[in-house]
Amino acid sequence: MAYSEKVVDHYENPRNVGSLDKASDAVGTGVVGAPECGDVMKLQIQVDQATGKITDAKFKTFGCGSAIASSSLATEWVKGKTVDEALGIKNTDIVNELSLPPVKIHCSVLAEDAIRSAIADYKKKHAEAATATA
Amino acid sequence: MSIKFPIYLDHNATTPMDERVLEAMMPYFCEKFGNSASRNHAFGWEAEKAVDLAREQVADLIGADAKEIIWTSGSTESNNLAIKGAAYMYGARKGKHIITAEHEHKATLDPCKRLEKEGYEVTYLDPPLDGVITAEMVKDAIREDTVLVSLMWANNEIGTINEIPEIGKLCKDKDIIFHTDATQMVGKLPINVEEAGVDLLSASGHKFYGPKGVGCLYVRRRRPRVRLTAIIDGGGHERGMRSGTINVTGVVGMGAAAALCKAEMSDDAIRLGNLRNKLESTITSQLDGVAINGALDKRIPHTSNISFAWVEGESLMMAIKEIAVSSGSACTSASLEPSYVLKSLGIGDDLAHSSLRFGLGRRTTEEEIEYTAKKVVEGVKKLRDLSPLYEMHLEGIDLSTVEWADH
Repeated sequence: MAYSEKVVDHYENPRNVGSLDKASDAVGTGVVGAPECGDVMKLQIQVDQATGKITDAKFKTFGCGSAIASSSLATEWVKGKTVDEALGIKNTDIVNELSLPPVKIHCSVLAEDAIRSAIADYKKKHAEAATATA
Repeated sequence: MSIKFPIYLDHNATTPMDERVLEAMMPYFCEKFGNSASRNHAFGWEAEKAVDLAREQVADLIGADAKEIIWTSGSTESNNLAIKGAAYMYGARKGKHIITAEHEHKATLDPCKRLEKEGYEVTYLDPPLDGVITAEMVKDAIREDTVLVSLMWANNEIGTINEIPEIGKLCKDKDIIFHTDATQMVGKLPINVEEAGVDLLSASGHKFYGPKGVGCLYVRRRRPRVRLTAIIDGGGHERGMRSGTINVTGVVGMGAAAALCKAEMSDDAIRLGNLRNKLESTITSQLDGVAINGALDKRIPHTSNISFAWVEGESLMMAIKEIAVSSGSACTSASLEPSYVLKSLGIGDDLAHSSLRFGLGRRTTEEEIEYTAKKVVEGVKKLRDLSPLYEMHLEGIDLSTVEWADH
């Protein structure tokens, strides 16, 4: 199966590889997938708590080239968005942008799940913080 | 010597045809085009003579008599003919129980599954971690009504060699028909159907530098004389076991390839075994978390299957994209399941996803192996920097205790 140019580009030059401090209040972490299934994505967001905007995002992915490209793209897209705007990113947008074939659609689904999971983690931290101060 | 790219290291899938084989085939396309079944003129005789020579060449490679070679289109057909043909011929009289193994090729498993639907019972032996099926395992599975044992000589994914002569002796003692799919073995290491007690043996031309679309089934004629129910009916070619005009050019090529293997395989085996060992030792000396799959000392010399923990196989293939290998990763196939062969060994789905198979061949050079080892090490390191699993491993987290979110 041939890869699209964009998949190859993200694979060769993955954007935003790395880790943020998962203990920080400003960071939300999502880990989705399972090694037995052949892909695990970790996606992290750093949020400016005053503006609610995502100022930084990092990922690490165990998976095929399309999985790596999907998560790399996801980190690019969430940056600069508010957390609620980032929830609007759909897996189909990733499929279209990377020209993923049908057998690779699950990679895009996983990337969307990773974004949601990171945002949910961030929101949970702040719900707890809100409860704690209340 | 400079390396020519891409590098081909997938010789278990297919091999490049040897130029000497092509030379042998050439006259039989346009000039000596006769049908070997035409008994009444020179065109037919000429073709038949070539087919008979090829029969001798292939028989000679496996220690058989030329009369025992049935031409087919390849090993898939040979396996179908052997398994269904023996089950149909002997099932009613002897019994309807068949023994095979979970890590056989689909061309063995699927005929067995069809027979199950038709009322046969099949025992699928569960291979141990090293992949080798022993006579002891077969012995424990044999029943009064066992009619056929079908076990491959060497495994196509991990290259392990089953205890074929021991199993052959056991089957002979118990009066059970013994079929072996020797597709990966023929032309790679010396074998002898007499010494191994094999009744039926499948082989394929393109796995040993011959053309695609031609194979054979060895069918024992003496002690015992094995009979098969044909699955293709027609003109009664090949002793009635496989009707259809013989692929004369293909057969000539397979014969020529067999003769070359007979002459050269011992040297090839030593050279490729050394290169394979060099590949493995170079990689394992530079990376941790690397496991070589299958029994190290019971393998065909040109095959290596390696799992690289915390790295997914398909992405690793992308990292070494100028090298053609194959992976047990799900992502390289249409299904999302990783290699059932590796899974059957019990190595775990995660390591099955992380595997590559390297298949060396007659033209493989030392420079190619050195380059491959270097690129694999670089690729694994790059992908581990990207891998959340490797990060967790470095943090001291036991990955088997993590509760993963399903998707």
